[in-house]
Amino acid sequence: MKVVYTDSLVIGAGLAGLRVAVASKMRGLDTLILSLIPAKRSHSAAAQGGMQASLGAAVKGEGDNEDVHFADTIKGSDWGCDQAVARMFTHVAPKAVRELAAWGVPWSRVRGGDHEVVINAQRVTIHEKEEAHGLIMARDFGGTKKWRTCYTSDGVGHTMLYAMDNKAIELDIPIHERMEAVALIHEGDRCNGAIVRNLVTGELVAYVAKATTIATGGYGRMYGVTTNAVIVEGMGAAITLETGKAPLGNMEAVQFHPTAIVPAGILMTEGCRGDGGVLRDVDGYRFMPDYEPEKKELASRDVVSRRMTEHMRKGKGVPSPYGDHLWLDITILGKEHIEKNLREVTEICRSFLGIDPVTDYIPVRPTQHYSMGGVCTNYTGESIGLRGLFAVGEAACWDLHGFNRLGGNSVAETVVSGMIVGEYVADYCEKSDVEISTHVIADIMNRERARIDELVARPSGENVYEIRSAMQKILMEKVGIFRTGDKLQEAFDELKELLRRSKNIGLHNRIRSSNPELVDALRVQRMLKLAITVTKGALLRTESRGAHTREDYPERNDRDWLKRTLAYWRNETDEEPEIDYQPLDIKKMELPPGFRGYGTDNTIHHPDTAARVEEIKKIKESMPNADRYEIQNALMPFELPAKYKEKNERIGVGTK
Amino acid sequence: MSDPVTTQTGTPSGKGRRLKFHILRFNPQLPGDTPRMQTFEVEEQSGMTIFIALNEIRERQDPSLQFDFVCRAGICGSCGMVINGRPDLACRTLTAKFTDGEITLLPLPAFELIGDLSVNTGKFMREMSERIESWIHGEGSKECNYNILEERMDPDLAEAIYELDRCIECGCCISACGTKRMREDFLGAVGFMHVARFRLDTRDNRTDDDWYEIIGDDDGVFGCMSLMGCEDTCPKDLPHQTQIAFLRRKMVMVK
Ligand SMILES: Cc1cc2nc3c(=O)[nH]c(=O)nc-3n(C[C@H](O)[C@H](O)[C@H](O)COP(=O)(O)OP(=O)(O)OC[C@H]3O[C@@H](n4cnc5c(N)ncnc54)[C@H](O)[C@@H]3O)c2cc1C
Repeated sequence: MKVVYTDSLVIGAGLAGLRVAVASKMRGLDTLILSLIPAKRSHSAAAQGGMQASLGAAVKGEGDNEDVHFADTIKGSDWGCDQAVARMFTHVAPKAVRELAAWGVPWSRVRGGDHEVVINAQRVTIHEKEEAHGLIMARDFGGTKKWRTCYTSDGVGHTMLYAMDNKAIELDIPIHERMEAVALIHEGDRCNGAIVRNLVTGELVAYVAKATTIATGGYGRMYGVTTNAVIVEGMGAAITLETGKAPLGNMEAVQFHPTAIVPAGILMTEGCRGDGGVLRDVDGYRFMPDYEPEKKELASRDVVSRRMTEHMRKGKGVPSPYGDHLWLDITILGKEHIEKNLREVTEICRSFLGIDPVTDYIPVRPTQHYSMGGVCTNYTGESIGLRGLFAVGEAACWDLHGFNRLGGNSVAETVVSGMIVGEYVADYCEKSDVEISTHVIADIMNRERARIDELVARPSGENVYEIRSAMQKILMEKVGIFRTGDKLQEAFDELKELLRRSKNIGLHNRIRSSNPELVDALRVQRMLKLAITVTKGALLRTESRGAHTREDYPERNDRDWLKRTLAYWRNETDEEPEIDYQPLDIKKMELPPGFRGYGTDNTIHHPDTAARVEEIKKIKESMPNADRYEIQNALMPFELPAKYKEKNERIGVGTK
Repeated sequence: MSDPVTTQTGTPSGKGRRLKFHILRFNPQLPGDTPRMQTFEVEEQSGMTIFIALNEIRERQDPSLQFDFVCRAGICGSCGMVINGRPDLACRTLTAKFTDGEITLLPLPAFELIGDLSVNTGKFMREMSERIESWIHGEGSKECNYNILEERMDPDLAEAIYELDRCIECGCCISACGTKRMREDFLGAVGFMHVARFRLDTRDNRTDDDWYEIIGDDDGVFGCMSLMGCEDTCPKDLPHQTQIAFLRRKMVMVK
């Protein structure tokens, strides 16, 4: 049995995993990263828009600070997130951007003077302060009160990931590529590493560690149409679920973006509609005004996605070999505007669709985009079910995003949680030893070997790809943007049937070494467990919150549903997870549940809400001379590693 | 303007062309396996890319076929391969581009072969990064006070650095490089592009004397024979030749 020992094992080399590894290594720990692919190819590279942090240097960011960022994040989450975590996050985000600046990210900078910009489809001139010239610039994004999204032209994820991986190389952190974690090593209530399959040789290796961090990204590829990279298959969440002890949180919270191209699923920025583009159906008819007379194409992301789906269900979609779609029409913006302001859109249309958006309509469809759910952790990033198991980034349900994450808060979360959780991981490593017997490791490794043996030995059986596409279709059609009890129940039953069938997969290519079909077979069995978990959570949650929309339960119901869904897969032979809930305590919230500001307010309130609102008012009145930090601390104290506690300086206001 | 509803992507509806993919097959993990070409036929669909076609071959015809895709949007640099003689990103190559419907795919040369169309660019790029020390050398990077206002940077300089930072390490330049074929340790355009990027960055305090130590020989910038393969194939249209010529001038001035 091949065994590799380390202190801090990090599974995943995207932004989140790299940052945890950097923290471990800087604390003097032996650190090792596993990745399916070279680090710089991780999905983090695909982020284009930007990273939120309240630096407040841009003129449209004036007055921004942690408090404003915090409130935007809570509303965005539809009150479904952990408010203490949101506080930790908004406090450290400015530090994260500045640290990345020091490590080489060429953030776009403020240019003092007058600039012409388009706001609300109107051309206006804004004046950037000369004093701010050369500081980090920010742009506007959905759901934010201020221009808070820091960016590097249209390549933010790329520049962040390169700077971060380069830091890891500087620190000489080994990254074992083309290695897939296929099981967690655990005994009692403690996790001690992972069983890992070498994707080239097929060899199984045990990586034994004091602390193990899951940083494997989201689970978007369970859906048939997604903006996510092809490797975003939720394997970190799946192997956590398979421990039977560590739960996943809020797996039913899945975000859809209205406009990705068909068939490739590549994202078309919201800027297309922001600048005046419209959506059209099979008849070339502009349909959004019929549904949303006021905001039309510029209703919020989830609303537009819902309306588009509704319209296609009425048979108004454009048929194509890749399924129905609608048209995004930006031709009305004119050649000059498109080629100057929507350069990326133009390039994607030309290379992927062979069309020119100046004269042609763009085929688009609402598309799976982000996974809010994941490995459920407490504020230190540690699993609530297994000690020594941590999770960060999109793989985690830390829980910063609740039921809907704001654009720009995700790459921010990867780095910020990497910084914070990285310190807690190091603390944990410093005070613990590896305590696991070799026979436990051998047992888990043998179990994984047996799974592979069984697949390779079976002379014939179900087709991997048929099962995978059936799963993707079910989730897309029945666990998508719109959800109803009937459809969810159908999906639940069908997915369970697929899980049964997946136990009888027969491979055409029956070798153990580099074998993509074997990889896909092992993954599809695990993805089905996640798919069933997503579906069961959605079926049970009889309310609409953030991205989880139940047509049969349109209200947000704080009275019964202000709680996080926890899912446990107790036994390998089970066909569904056990579901439990963790209540969110209104009495401790800094920002008690309120109206999010979209559509009509049909919230069913919780009895504690009014009392907490009253209490907060009293606390504030009792401290007339207190500054914002003191008030915040009185309302909801939160923890941070010592090195991140200091206040953040901003131009013009210092640390006020 | 033509009616956009009926003319989606140029290909008429109904049955598409039969495309012929000639693909190099070789799995070094299988004892006794030898390289050979294999042909697959795929029915073309509108908007089909090589990414879509290869997945269709894997899912319907031969599940042992190895290739690498990650973002499939031309951003991550995973899918470089030689497509009808030219290194390029497979994910954003439309099959419609090949009028005779014959498409030959080979793995990128100059990298360790993993199997079929999959090569180990990761190992190469990590070694390249270690060789040129592709990180900011300076006190700011070691000891960053992130609580105070960040160091200012001229907005034009930030944009100029970003232009050179856009390299996605796909390896096309290395595969297209005539010099690399003759000199195994030649750094190659991807390395020079990173050097140019860090040299431009005022946060990095390395001097031309320092850079000379890294690229001031025939495995470095003096080895380049200006055959332009890098610039011709770079999927990101980076200005390789200008940067190499510029670095060469700077290095000549050192000694
Ligand atoms: C098109 C697109 C645009 C986006 N734009 C923005 C934006 O503008 N702003 C924003 O804030 N967010 C954006 N997001 C979201 C954001 O990019 C991601 O949420 C974030 O980058 C995820 O980072 P991560 O480190 O958690 O995971 P990833 O970057 O996905 O990395 C996962 C890592 O885990 C490894 N891995 C996975 N499974 C295993 C396993 N079993 N064993 C070993 N290794 C494994 C992989 O190799 C990889 O290295 C965007 C997302 C998409 C899809």
